Amino acid sequence: MTMLFGRGRRVFGAVLLFGFVVLAGPLCAQQSDQQPVSVNPTASSVTEDQLLREFDKVQGRGTIPDVRSYTVEQPAGRDWRHFHEVTLHLIGSVAVLGMLALLALFLLVRGRIRMDVGRSGRLIQRFNGFERFVHWLTASCFVILALSGLNITFGKRLLLPVIGPEPFAEFSQWAKYAHNYLSFPFTIGVVLIFLMWIGGNLPDRTDIEWIRRGGGLIGHDNPPAYRFNTGQKMVYWIVVLGGAAMAVTGYLLMFPFYTTNVTGMQEIQMIHGVVAMLYVAALLAHIYIGSIGMEGAFEAMGTGEVDLNWAKEHHSLWVEEELGRAATPTTLPPAPSATPAE
Amino acid sequence: MARMKFLCDADRCIECNACVTACKNENEVPWGINRRRVVTINDGRPGERSISMACMHCTDAPCSAVCPVSCFFTTADGVVLHSKDLCIGCGYCFYACPFGAPQYPRIGNFGSRGKMDKCTYCAGGPDDTGSLDEYEKYGANRLLEGKLPLCAEMCSTKSLLAGDGDIIAQIYKERVLKRGYGSGAWGWKTAYREGIDV
Repeated sequence: MTMLFGRGRRVFGAVLLFGFVVLAGPLCAQQSDQQPVSVNPTASSVTEDQLLREFDKVQGRGTIPDVRSYTVEQPAGRDWRHFHEVTLHLIGSVAVLGMLALLALFLLVRGRIRMDVGRSGRLIQRFNGFERFVHWLTASCFVILALSGLNITFGKRLLLPVIGPEPFAEFSQWAKYAHNYLSFPFTIGVVLIFLMWIGGNLPDRTDIEWIRRGGGLIGHDNPPAYRFNTGQKMVYWIVVLGGAAMAVTGYLLMFPFYTTNVTGMQEIQMIHGVVAMLYVAALLAHIYIGSIGMEGAFEAMGTGEVDLNWAKEHHSLWVEEELGRAATPTTLPPAPSATPAE
Repeated sequence: MARMKFLCDADRCIECNACVTACKNENEVPWGINRRRVVTINDGRPGERSISMACMHCTDAPCSAVCPVSCFFTTADGVVLHSKDLCIGCGYCFYACPFGAPQYPRIGNFGSRGKMDKCTYCAGGPDDTGSLDEYEKYGANRLLEGKLPLCAEMCSTKSLLAGDGDIIAQIYKERVLKRGYGSGAWGWKTAYREGIDV
């Protein structure tokens, strides 16, 4: 019995060993064949260059609720940096300093625009209380908005070296609050200006003549005009359209990412910045002419009443209208200072 | 002097989020802020890829350039930090950052942002003393203790590398040569103006 089993085991062992040797060859050959060939498990995956070329962004999906975090890379941020630090500085400097230089030159060469015949001593009402209130509300907000806005672009180069980092940061913090809060009364003011004076600021035939004669800026010409001359109409539309652009982009900036992603925010900021610089430059000219640039002009917004001779010089057609209106019996007689139409 | 950088090996990242958790915990990052995040491209599809992203501490950092109050500074190690005392929360650094690193904690009146917070490379803030005040504002200052950022230390697959730029570039190169593939150092061209040629 035992002898039979012993032989069986030996045979079984030999078969096993034989089978092992026979099969081992091919198995080893397979492994050694695979060694020089490497498998790339991520061959079908995207690469950074590919994504940037296709989308200008690398984005995917994350696990954080903030969807802005799903953008891994947006190289456009560097381009926006260049715009804000270089381009906008250039535009702003040229626009603002250029305008100041032009105005200084104008004052030196042309001098203050004086009244040809001198004051008559008689006054005519130009702007009523409500109009003046709206104008000064908008104007004072504009000045603070302009300065606080310019601080964002130019502050660290002009003001920071003077007062130091901590006071400058504190000042900039309050300037930011002022900028955000005063945007509301400013926008209301612009809307009211638009509604109040739209009637008098539509283009008409006197504008062609006014432009042809250079607005009387050179020499002592006084082209006829209604209540608002062409120059004022230009200021009106700049204020209204520029103000609208500033308000829309401003509120989008103030409620960031409510409507768009980081690319959109960059574009909105660029519009806000460029329009701001041009807006400030244009309004500097308006401030100049309304204050020191022309004798008898400030009173229009200051007290609301202007000298009759000044009015006849610069807004002859408007004076005719006003006095004509005054002379008809159906209307209330004006203040004794008005004279009948000539 | 070392020039500290991050390198995320996108071929090894398995989206475990250990780096995110480590950073959150080590720096006591407030609610809603995520200094480091993992983003997955083509999630669920063949060729899915995950990348861990935080501040890259760029050369010539754009965030630093656009800040209206100049609250940023770059340390001798190349780490880009900022001062929360000077920050006015204007949000410009987020617009400029190619990697979306700056975060703002407080959405108050209008879209008002609080003080900006971002990855500090575990190097604290301007103080650099390891004080309690520094910890509360900026998180742990591991660099002061001679340690590397915890996100890279905790990475389960060693896909996220942190350290001197030359050293981690070398490690990555060796890896790519050994295994025969590599999708490159994501973000390096944008952050450091140089890729890694293997």
